[in-house]
Amino acid sequence: MAEKINQKQNFLKGIVKDNPVFVMLLGMCPTLGVTSSAFNGLGMGIATLFVLLMSNIVVSLIKSQIPSKVRIPAFIIIIASFVTIVEMVLEAFIPFLYEQLGIFIPLIVVNCLILGRAEAFASKNTLLSSIIDGIGMGIGFTIALTALGAVREILGNGSIFDLRFVSEDANTFILFILPPGAFIALAYLSLLFNKLTLKSN
Amino acid sequence: MAKKESTFLTMTLSLLVITLVAGLSLGFINDITKGPKAKAKLERKVKALKQVLPEFDNDVVNEVKLIQLENVKDSTEIYFATLNNVETGTAIVGSSEKGFSGLIKIMVGFNPDGTIKNISVLEQKETPGLGTKMKDDKFIKQYRGKNPSSFNLKATKDGGEIDALTGATITTRAFSEATQQAYDVFINEKN
Repeated sequence: MAEKINQKQNFLKGIVKDNPVFVMLLGMCPTLGVTSSAFNGLGMGIATLFVLLMSNIVVSLIKSQIPSKVRIPAFIIIIASFVTIVEMVLEAFIPFLYEQLGIFIPLIVVNCLILGRAEAFASKNTLLSSIIDGIGMGIGFTIALTALGAVREILGNGSIFDLRFVSEDANTFILFILPPGAFIALAYLSLLFNKLTLKSN
Repeated sequence: MAKKESTFLTMTLSLLVITLVAGLSLGFINDITKGPKAKAKLERKVKALKQVLPEFDNDVVNEVKLIQLENVKDSTEIYFATLNNVETGTAIVGSSEKGFSGLIKIMVGFNPDGTIKNISVLEQKETPGLGTKMKDDKFIKQYRGKNPSSFNLKATKDGGEIDALTGATITTRAFSEATQQAYDVFINEKN
């Protein structure tokens, strides 16, 4: 591992070039599941960012101590522990957010983005690079989830971050709050995202 | 970078150490959050009681009566509110296992004559943005001031008088079932 990593690029790749949601299509379960409003997307994104950062740090620190045959179970235990910590802390100190995200928090364990970064990046790179990778990927994930949640909330509920801009009884595209709307919105957002980033390259 | 060789000993040892550290740290965090978690739960209950009950001056939270219903796992809580020793209302916790994702627990406040004063949601795991709308005023409004003896709590689809939540009929059914359960307890208590 002698090659120098450009840290700025390392950070930005998580947000643009290798955006976990729009480009790598990782972590689809929470992406499609919780993004029925912008606030839920943001909350889930930040919770994931924290778990991703912590698991990257720990995996990077103990990478040389884990025999490669048992690395996956070891990573999963580390990730699951941090998820449980997040769940307990949220329930104790931010009960409002805990009620909103409820069942989706334990699902962070099976978010393949986190295991993917542990396996593909943190287990092969230095601590600093892994921290930056975790933050970059986490921010990319949070932005994507918030954007998807915002689009679905605007179209499906006529509001953004719970601020309504249409009247209570107005007809909105309820489809976008329902599960199929998640797929449709995600497809169009990915299309737009990839079109824009391809141009800039 | 020298990876540890995967022998039986190193694999067992490294997994043992990792699970041990993980277990210890989880226990530690659990100890720290236990207090605030219980406090948050109590606060939610007090807030819910204030929402669903008319004005009261007794210690409602501690003067709780617990009864055990058939088919309900937890014991059902009944709270009596009084103002200057005159009964002003009763709050009963109703629950239903038939929510879209399982248990729904609500607190229903009754006036002495049996009309519903207000309803507050205590626990639920419904789909965010769909079933969670049962907490909205627009939905709960339909139950307020109604007396279940003359008002059918079921959704219009099932022959009742409640407009179901859009895309969340199952949630609506469970909510109505929980409300009905609370009312049945209320009537039993009266007699």
